[in-house]
This record gives sequence, C-alpha cells and structure tokens, in this order.
Amino acid sequence: MPVNKKIRELQEKREKILLGGGEQAIEKQKAMGKRTARERIMALLDENSFNEYDLFVEHDARDFDMDKKSLPSDGVIIGSGTIYGAPVAIFAQDFTVAGGSLGLMHSRKITKIMDHALKMRMPLIGINDSGGARIQEGVNSLAGYGEIFFRNTISSGVIPQLSVILGPCAGGAVYSPALTDFVFVVDKISKMFITGPEVIKTVLGEEISMEELGGARVHSEITGNAHFFALSEEECFDQIKKLITFIPWNNGQKARMFEPVEPNPEYNINTIVPDDPTLPYDVKDVIRAIVDNSDFFEIMQLYAKNIVIGFGRMGGRTTGFVANQPLEMAGVLDVDSSDKAARFIRYCDAFNIPIITLVDLPGYLPGVDQEHAGVIRHGAKVLYAYSEATVPKLTVILRKAYGGGYIAMSSRHLRADFVFAWPSAEIAVMGPEGAANIIFRKEILSSADPDGTRKQKVEEYKTKFANPYVAASRGYVDAVIEPSETRKFLMHSIEVSENKDVHMPNKKHGLPPF
Amino acid sequence: MNNNDKLGLLNIDTSFYQTRISSKFQNRKPYQPADPRIILSFIPGTVLEIFIKPGQNVSIGDDLMILDAMKMQNKLKCNMNGKVKSIAVKKGDKVSKGTVLLELE
Repeated sequence: MPVNKKIRELQEKREKILLGGGEQAIEKQKAMGKRTARERIMALLDENSFNEYDLFVEHDARDFDMDKKSLPSDGVIIGSGTIYGAPVAIFAQDFTVAGGSLGLMHSRKITKIMDHALKMRMPLIGINDSGGARIQEGVNSLAGYGEIFFRNTISSGVIPQLSVILGPCAGGAVYSPALTDFVFVVDKISKMFITGPEVIKTVLGEEISMEELGGARVHSEITGNAHFFALSEEECFDQIKKLITFIPWNNGQKARMFEPVEPNPEYNINTIVPDDPTLPYDVKDVIRAIVDNSDFFEIMQLYAKNIVIGFGRMGGRTTGFVANQPLEMAGVLDVDSSDKAARFIRYCDAFNIPIITLVDLPGYLPGVDQEHAGVIRHGAKVLYAYSEATVPKLTVILRKAYGGGYIAMSSRHLRADFVFAWPSAEIAVMGPEGAANIIFRKEILSSADPDGTRKQKVEEYKTKFANPYVAASRGYVDAVIEPSETRKFLMHSIEVSENKDVHMPNKKHGLPPF
Repeated sequence: MNNNDKLGLLNIDTSFYQTRISSKFQNRKPYQPADPRIILSFIPGTVLEIFIKPGQNVSIGDDLMILDAMKMQNKLKCNMNGKVKSIAVKKGDKVSKGTVLLELE
C-alpha cells in the first residue's frame, strides 16, 4: 500500500472513532446541557496543545454478548496538553460510549495517563462523566477502580490532582475524586453519591431527587466534597485554568512567579475592622487589601463559611490564606471549619506554598451537637496541620485571639515564623466578659451592686489584658504593626523565608487525627 | 458592610457577637437524653417478626423482634425487666433509623 493511502486509512479510522458513541448519543448529551468529552478537553487546554493516546484501544470482554459490541476508545479519552503553557495530563470519560461505564481497558487507559503524570511530575486532571462500573465486565471493573484509587493515593502530595465532575459519578467511582486535591462541580450537571435515590427508596422508603441527594450545591454547601462550584461548564473551566496558575507542577517546585501588582486602593485596610470585637466585617476585604491586584481566589466558598481559605499572590508569589470570618458564625472554629482549614494547610505544605493566617475568633463553637460530632478530634486537625507544616507560616492577629483558638490559628507556639498583631488585637485566655465573671466571681457576687461591679471588672480586664502588648512582651508576637504596614511586613517575611529549611524527626508517617 | 438585616447574635463565653447564623446551626436538633424504656430502630430496615404482645411481662435477654436491615436479620433483645407498654409497628413495616418500635415500662 502506498504511503499516502496508508495515511488516508489512518485518517478514516480516526474520524470514525472521533465520533464517540455516534451522532444520536452526542445529541442526547447536548440535550442534557453537556459538552462531549472531546469538546471539554479542547475547551480546557491551550489551542492545538492536546496529544491524544490510546485512541485505538478496545475492550476484549466476551460475556453477555460484549464480543459483538464495539466501544470506540472504550469510552474514555486520554492524553496530555498545556494550560497557559503548564503541562497537564488529562482523561475525560465519554458518556456517549456505553454511558462512560468503566471496564478493564477503560480503567487501563486512565491508569496509563496517571502513571505518565506521576512519572513526568505534572498535574493530572480527570473529567468524570460515567454511569459507573461496566457490569458486564464484573470483577475486572472493580479491579479497575481499585487501581485508580491506589494511584490517586500514591500521587497525592507529589503532583496536583484535579477532579471535574461533569455528569454522574456514583458508587465506588466517587472515591477517586475524594482522594484528589480539588473537586470541581457544575450546577445541575454534577451528581455524586454512594447509593442513589433508587436504592434509598427501596431500602428506606425515602424519596429524594438526584439533585437533592448529591447535586453540585449539596457537595459545595453541605458535604464539603467539592471545592469549586460553577453555574456552567465554561465557568468551571475558567476556575480550573485559574487554579493551575496558582499551583506548582509538582511538589519539587514552587508556583510560577507573576509580575507584582499593588492592591486596589479602594480596600482601605485602616477602616475595614471595627474596634468593637463583637461587630462583624468581611475578612475577605482585609485579604483583598493585602494581596497583589486585590485578586483573591477563594476555595470552598459555600462550605463552613466561618473560615475562609484560598490563594492570592504576595509580590508575585503564590500564597495560601487561612482567615477566620467574623461575618459568619462570629468566625468560630467548629467541626467543619477545622476540616476545611486543616486540609488546605496540608495542601499548601505539600506544594511549597507559604501560608498567611489572619486571626479574629472568639474560640470554639459550644454545643452538644459539636461535642458529639467530635469537635475534639476534628479541631485537633488544625493543630496538627499547622505544627507539621514546614512552609513559611505568617500570622497576623487582627482582633480577637482567645483561648484555644489563639493557639490553633498558627500561633508562635505551633512554630509560626512571623507573628504580627494589629493595635486592635486582643490576645487573651478568653473574652473579657467571660474572664471577669470567673476571676472576680466572689467580688461580683458579694457586691452591693453586682452589675456595676461586673462592668467595672470587665473594663479592668479589658485594659490590662485585651491588647497585643502582653503577648508582645513575651515575644509571642514579633511586632505590633499598623494595619497599613501589613502588606509590607508580609512581603518582606515571605522574601526572607524563600530558603526556609526545617527538618522533622525521621518517621514513616505521623498519625493526624483523621 | 451590607446585609446587616440578616445578622443574629451568637453567644460565646457570655459575649454576644453580631454575625450571620448558619442554617446548620439554626436547624440543629436540641439534645434529648436517651430513655432506656423506648426502643428505637438503630438502623433503617423492615420489621420481620414480632415476638411479644402489649401487656406481656419481659425480662433481660428476651427476644423482642427481628429487624431485617442491610441483608442481615437483627434480633432485638430486651434490655430491662418489665412489661411491654405498647408496640408502635407491625410485621412488614419499613422503618427509618430512630423510629420508635416499642415502649416498655
């Protein structure tokens, strides 16, 4: 056969496979408001950057008449490309081919690209859109999932792993995203659950829609499984692209440097925080007053809003932010906010991203539900994550830092490298009201005017202890600074921490309170 | 700051903080101590068999009913000496977790 004929043969073979499950299935996919797997890859990656592998892979299942069925590319597309020039490995399940079901060869394609990503030390993006296990392939399908979970775990903390849920992701399949660093969901398209509405109805008689059980909103607001919520696939891809600019390609590198841009002066840092510690404000405004270009990229925006996490840049360097949010639940630490913060701290530590912690919290949330939900072991995760982190740790105490909350929020005692406090900081064992009630209990009770005495004692305690200077006199705070000096101090601290080198004792691994 | 109208008060260590109150906090169930005389289903399932009748005397270790759940037949045994006050379910009923099955006295 002449060469040009062979080339034409390749082109024809490709064209046939590129149609995936065929025009009818594609129409169905579009009717659900979804793009095809290939369109998704093209929308996400830099133009003409995608190299596809394993286009010609086919299944070899024999049972249940599977030998008579041809499934193009076995229902998944794999390859590599770039996002803003950064290399990424990618797989996208093709729902138009046998519902994107996972058979043995399907899973082998995924594990091939996973191995490739780990070996080449580049980020992995997985687009999930699958009905689940390919039942006809039986235990081979289960083996496939297991092989994926194992690789997710081994790659964890070495390369960034992003999961994008653009369709159903049910049963065992949910555990691959759950093992990755960031999960992206899209309203009305993403569906994740272990057991679906059908089973729940049969077993329990409870009726619930897929959306209410495991839709994008549920996982963004209630379960905390998802990190980014979008209203459309397009918005979701923009979020992924933006995230890629903030993170390094692997754990041996630092994130790319950008040109520093001064924050927008409309965020006047001197006037954001009210002096009265019981009054709320939006701590994101403080972050925006500090970061380059006032550009703060928030993560888990809708979950445990009493703590804020996300990325920004300081002098062009990616920085992770952890901040109590007085606007929501007074910024308390509780079960959910502890989980949220601890995981993010560990992410930053794994990928060489300095952490800035902004502190303003009254302590932990009281309540039977909190205690019974295990606020002790969940809260301990924050202590563990901060203590263990060896990336530069910078702390700014904006206002309240009471009791256990003070210790937990990246205090000097957990080895923060720099601790700054604003003049409005109150670093104390508890709030003035509570403390005065305990310390001066007898005087208050035996007074002719208990209310008057209480007020007087609260004032006394406030003057003596509700300030940053007691902690500063012990060296627990390195400098008391004006709010307007914050960016300057933080930028300098990050600059001088560039070569921070801390060694932990040898161990196989620690035992964080999972 | 906007949305001032949505702010509530949260009491932490006798200080009252002006802040948004999460729906999770608002909807939390007030704690109720467990009553050993009220037998609840510990798992969702189906009542397969009932061995007792109202008014019957029972003692510790007696079989009360079988709750079929997660492909297992779970035998519920009596946890006290006393009398069956009432039975809230009948054979074949599907019950969710925490449903009252019967009351002892």
